[in-house]
Amino acid sequence: MLIIKDLHANVEGKEILRGINLTINAGEVHAIMGPNGSGKSTLANVLAGNTNYEVTKGEVTFFGKNLLEMSADVRAKEGLFLSFQYPVEIPGVSMINFLKTAVNESRKYHQLKELSAGDFLKVMREKKEMVQIDSQLTNRSVNEGFSGGEKKKNEIFQMAMLEPKLAILDETDSGLDIDALRIVANGVNLLKRPENATIVVTHYQRLLDYIVPDFVHVLYKGQIVKSAGKELVLELEEKGYDWIKKELGE
Amino acid sequence: MIESITFESTEQRIFQLFTENIALLNEGAGTLLRNDREEAMKAFQRMGIPSRKVENYKYTDLTKLFALENYNRAFRSTSFDFDMQEVFTCDVPEFDTHILFHVNGWYFDQNRTDQFPEGTIIKSMKSAWLENSELIEKYYGKIADSTTDPLVALNSAFAQDGVFIYIPDHVVIEKPIQIINLLRSEEDLYVTQRNLVVLGNNSQTKLMFCDHTLAIHSFVANYLTEVQLGEDAVADIYGIQNQHNGTAYLNGIFVRQERNSQLITNTISLHGGITRNHLQVDLQGEHANASLYGLSLTDKDQHSDIFTSIIHGQPGCHSNQIFKNVLDDNSTGAFTGRIHVMPGAKKTEAYQRNNSVLMTKAAKMNTKPQLVIDNDDVKCSHGATVGQVNEEALFYLQTRGINEKEARLMLMFAFAHEVLANIGVEPLRQSIDRLVNKRLRGEVSRCHDCKLTEGRSLEVPRL
Ligand SMILES: Nc1ncnc2c1ncn2[C@@H]1O[C@H](COP(=O)(O)OP(=O)(O)OP(=O)(O)O)[C@@H](O)[C@H]1O
Ligand SMILES: [Mg+2]
Repeated sequence: MLIIKDLHANVEGKEILRGINLTINAGEVHAIMGPNGSGKSTLANVLAGNTNYEVTKGEVTFFGKNLLEMSADVRAKEGLFLSFQYPVEIPGVSMINFLKTAVNESRKYHQLKELSAGDFLKVMREKKEMVQIDSQLTNRSVNEGFSGGEKKKNEIFQMAMLEPKLAILDETDSGLDIDALRIVANGVNLLKRPENATIVVTHYQRLLDYIVPDFVHVLYKGQIVKSAGKELVLELEEKGYDWIKKELGE
Repeated sequence: MIESITFESTEQRIFQLFTENIALLNEGAGTLLRNDREEAMKAFQRMGIPSRKVENYKYTDLTKLFALENYNRAFRSTSFDFDMQEVFTCDVPEFDTHILFHVNGWYFDQNRTDQFPEGTIIKSMKSAWLENSELIEKYYGKIADSTTDPLVALNSAFAQDGVFIYIPDHVVIEKPIQIINLLRSEEDLYVTQRNLVVLGNNSQTKLMFCDHTLAIHSFVANYLTEVQLGEDAVADIYGIQNQHNGTAYLNGIFVRQERNSQLITNTISLHGGITRNHLQVDLQGEHANASLYGLSLTDKDQHSDIFTSIIHGQPGCHSNQIFKNVLDDNSTGAFTGRIHVMPGAKKTEAYQRNNSVLMTKAAKMNTKPQLVIDNDDVKCSHGATVGQVNEEALFYLQTRGINEKEARLMLMFAFAHEVLANIGVEPLRQSIDRLVNKRLRGEVSRCHDCKLTEGRSLEVPRL
């Protein structure tokens, strides 16, 4: 589904990603862990098409197509979704109008008929239940005045609405209380399909107890320095990152 | 004849126009108006056309405008060969208004049979000057001062017609009164319009001014509306300007508010060449409340200048201002917000905000709060931002599959929304929402909701 080869990226002239290699197949869950500032969000942003990040080398294919050539909205319509670490507040843009536009833009892209207002509301009700998001939130502006946890839930709600093929969850667990964490994880699991895949960026084992990864990668200084199965999570939880740094000879 | 003479100055040219046409100007006018006119002309001659050195006119170069215009004057009302009702119908659903027309500043009587509560007067200024001289004498020229503002003086010197609205005490006019100001001419034209609106104690009305151009020629429109709000009176005043780029629109709304009265103004500038809106509110009674909102959308070489002046003369008054600008291409904008809190005006609350978005590097916005506060029992705040579209928000929307153009529009529309949300007449708010949306999309920006039946003898400009 997604193949990343030797990906290098700069932000403001500084190289943050220094040769990432990663292959993700349908049905898989990948966890990406790594110390603060190692480039996890940068990778997520580069994949989502943030033009503040300049790709200097490497290639990324998504279902065989060159991802890096697509604009952010086309990537989304092709089935890529990023749940932001810090979702932005957009005062004045109503959740409903925003979601309706997003859903219908994607439907148009796939030559499907736009949803009628009634059908849209029906879908929205279903998905709201699935991620147990407060009904009132969808009557407000996008993320405006949402609590940290509500913002994260809202990301998963949007994911539910857009039904992506590949979802990148960038620290979706941070800021969530225990119940919310379970609900969010549950939502992610409910949305899981054999033909879809998920990348979970996190610092904690907690989330990975619910969303069980098939692969765990450690990103360090812009490179994936270690990949293993889910047992790596426990090891990291116990020992931190120092032993990896030592392994790298630092 | 006029072309052959070269004038030493614009002021001289204007003075000559005045003296040459004084008989026309005073046709059917009473002594009151004659005298006021003379005084205003003297004041104008003293002040002259304000250059940018005059503080209140810093951001709009009127000397240039007046030096270039040598347009015909609409000293006479134009006769029309069409039925206004037929030509100009407002088809916003459920948007039922009392409609009045002005054509080139002249009140256009269409023999409407609208029923108004007893004592209500809605008629042309020209006839009011003669028939309602007592009321006129009490308010005309008392709210907008010809001796201190050159454009007010100019308006007063050349005032011939407009609308006079009088709503007696305790009368509520439910339906909005829609005043459609049309500019239509076979040649470039300078137009003066003077309105007076008087609300008695505890009366209420909603006024909606729609300003349009119906011809490709250039126009200068010097409009002035004086508004008197009696005690406990409530007035909503909406202005929707949708004129072509060859229009210089110099509009003044001067309001005097008595105790407990409430004012909301909403100035929506969708389209116009050079636009200056001068809003003055004199809070003369305790606990009066004024909210001024505005949205200006400019592109190409358009210029939109908002000048507000709120005078807190009495204790416990409240004023709030939110003005927003979206500037595209080479357009320029200005906001000057003056708040003057007088020594006795304790417990004043006065807030002001101006937010602008520049869509291009070439667009320019000047914003200047001017607070003069002469006592210390005051809550005051002002804020101004000039920025670009929030790139982070733009990216967020794009990651949800919304293309850049659409995402940008959503953000612009969201930016405008705060102003539009304050329009209290729901069908009007919806129709302005639609207009703003269309305008931001760069689609034909004429007010389609006031559907112009094209054809007949009307020339409709292509914008
Ligand atoms: N827009 C930006 N401008 C400047 N520097 C940036 C920008 N984005 C990221 N960086 C820098 O790139 C590096 C990697 O940041 P990134 O956000 O990708 O880290 P992360 O692994 O997600 O960290 P965390 O675990 O704290 O979320 C950091 O040093 C950060 O300061
Ligand atoms: Mg991060």
